[in-house]
Amino acid sequence: MEDLLAARCQMGMSLAFHIIFACIGIAMPAMMVIADYCYLKTNNQIYQTLSKRWAKGTAIMFAIGAVSGTVLSFELGLLWPKFMDFSGSIIGLPFALEGFAFFTEAIFLGIYLYGRNKVSRSLHFASGVIVAISGALSAVFVVIANAWMNTPVGFRLVNGQLADIDPIAAMFNPNACVQVIHMLIASYASIGFAVAGIHAVMLLKQKDNLFHKAAFNIAMWLGLIMALAEPISGDFLAQAIAHNQPIKLAAMEGQFKTEKGAPLRILGIPDAKSKTTRFAIEIPYALSILAFHDPKAEIQGLESVPESDWPPVLYVHVFFQIMVMCGVTLSLVSLWALWLHFKYHTFTNNKWFLRAVVLTAPLGIIAVEAGWMVTELGRQPWVVYNVIRTAHAITPMKGLLTPFITFTLLYLFLAFIVTWLLYKQVIESPKDIE
Amino acid sequence: MPLELLAAFSILIALTFYVLMGGADYGGGVWDLFAFGTNKDKQRQLIAEAIGPIWEANHVWIILVIVILFTGFPKAFAAVSIACHIPLTLMLIGIVLRGSAFTFRTYDKQEDLRQRLWGRVFAIASLITPITLGIIVGAISTERIHRDYIVDFISPWLSPFTIAIGFMTLALFAFIAAVYLSVEAFEKNDYTLATIFKKRAIISQCFLALSAFTVFMLSKSAAIALWHKLANSHWTIPLQLVVAVLAIASIVFLLKNQYRLARLFAVAQVTLILWGWAFAQFPFLVRPEITIFNAGSSETTLMYLLIALGLGALILFPSFCYLYIIFKNNNQVN
Repeated sequence: MEDLLAARCQMGMSLAFHIIFACIGIAMPAMMVIADYCYLKTNNQIYQTLSKRWAKGTAIMFAIGAVSGTVLSFELGLLWPKFMDFSGSIIGLPFALEGFAFFTEAIFLGIYLYGRNKVSRSLHFASGVIVAISGALSAVFVVIANAWMNTPVGFRLVNGQLADIDPIAAMFNPNACVQVIHMLIASYASIGFAVAGIHAVMLLKQKDNLFHKAAFNIAMWLGLIMALAEPISGDFLAQAIAHNQPIKLAAMEGQFKTEKGAPLRILGIPDAKSKTTRFAIEIPYALSILAFHDPKAEIQGLESVPESDWPPVLYVHVFFQIMVMCGVTLSLVSLWALWLHFKYHTFTNNKWFLRAVVLTAPLGIIAVEAGWMVTELGRQPWVVYNVIRTAHAITPMKGLLTPFITFTLLYLFLAFIVTWLLYKQVIESPKDIE
Repeated sequence: MPLELLAAFSILIALTFYVLMGGADYGGGVWDLFAFGTNKDKQRQLIAEAIGPIWEANHVWIILVIVILFTGFPKAFAAVSIACHIPLTLMLIGIVLRGSAFTFRTYDKQEDLRQRLWGRVFAIASLITPITLGIIVGAISTERIHRDYIVDFISPWLSPFTIAIGFMTLALFAFIAAVYLSVEAFEKNDYTLATIFKKRAIISQCFLALSAFTVFMLSKSAAIALWHKLANSHWTIPLQLVVAVLAIASIVFLLKNQYRLARLFAVAQVTLILWGWAFAQFPFLVRPEITIFNAGSSETTLMYLLIALGLGALILFPSFCYLYIIFKNNNQVN
């Protein structure tokens, strides 16, 4: 395997694992705090058990997220030193802020986990809230840095040298806000659905288990609210991409020709050789409407730039389709849930609904992974969009296949153990109330 | 004061905290590996209890070091990442295995075999990171990492000198951990354990002195510029005297069972060793070309970075104190 490909694979693999750990690390403390709040309000022991369980889950994920995040911060230099050399001074700031958010999370998670008997109940609850907020803030800062790679601003290039660096302008880059919101909602939606799905399995076996009912309700509400909000934030993000990264949008949509009143292509297989997207269901004018809210708007096609500047069209388009399909399915299940709630005031009595939740449980996480593939592959061949090519950012170190394989094995091992522990510590029915 | 200097100083501060806190966690792992005698399970339990609530927080310091380095001095970060690819990767593997094994041990079934297995991974991984960290410190002190060209990927970091620093780092971490653990045991009124860790602190202090001496002798040929500064600067004799006095004082107070005082002296000693290296390295970040002054980011970046660090510190230090007050006092409330 070529070194460039090995490095890209290693980075992609690390991110693919980290994004799951990070999503759980964002959403689980939120659920933990909600359960704790229910306990404070109702004094029902089940909620305390639940918040303790989710606290354990948070602790496991935080520790694993911490190590996998450390790996990433090192890998930026180990694999892409020239990228860091260029960007460090522009976009290092949000990483520093992320460091502090992470610190805060670590400190208050320590207090929350080990201080249950050492601080008052309200202080304990407040620590949980701080954990949930700082977990989300970490994500905000990291996604800001990624958004900058897609829409780099806050500097000028004078004869190949950096000038007028403005880290604040870089942080508030055009994609930052929309991308952050899209990612945060995605974390809550995906983990909400995943957790709800797991407890739905348990509820299908043990219909009246109060523990699983309580867990299902909290996770489902979180998942459904976020799953319904996600398409709206997705629309804003798509508009931002249409303005800032037209070629990425063209790849996502399989749009080869520049066209006024472009159709939206659902499914289909783009073929870079013949420059057509085949087998797609085309909805006339829909892409122009979605991207610019104008049926006549011109959509820039891939052919407007040299082929050497194209992202891998096939992958970007296919992953985008996967993400959208997953998202739409989750929204439909969410609407079903809302209907059940307003009609019967409960979701948990309908077996078919529970089965649907079980089936759709992994879709959120799949959508997150596919979405990141779209973001990152769609940015190619640039590491900093239209400024530095990925191929120019790589380390001169040879034999990068070895670290790629090593870290892949390491991550697989971690994922296996984490899954096992989460099952044992978080999901299994409690034998008695802990 | 120039902004670069402040940024470099904040790296030193973060590194100091990493050594004093994260380092002690690694040292704890070392003592977990070397736990023996009839009460070895109690020794391991003490280590786990001491590390449990705070290890994640302790390890964020290294992330902070990295982040300040790549924001404030991107060229230095890039040069080290390229030349020290291999030891950095090993260090990372150590960090990953150690952190995850510790967590798995805490949350896995309390079944003997599995616990022992996780304990082993945790303890062995605790050896890798300090040694590789020391090797990297050694590598940036010798004059082998250049800005724009690379000879190969081994020679910049592999030499008897860098390996000696690796072992010195390990001894340093083991020492500081043994001192902390003796205090913890003493405060839990477990005098047997306190005595055990007292002995270990003294033994590792001897190793530390021995390895420090080896490093100094090797530096004469391996890191000439560094050695020159260590041997000839006007501050170095007083500094070395103070370190020696602190080292002896920490042992004396351990022997007199004045554990808290001993810890104070040990912390001061370790800090001064680190700072002594930093002063000898000044103004270089990576010898022989990259300095604090020629690798710094733009003024604006450094200013915002320092503002961020200042604001962060305002949140961080009170929170940290709160954490320590809660856990290092043993009173319970309902």
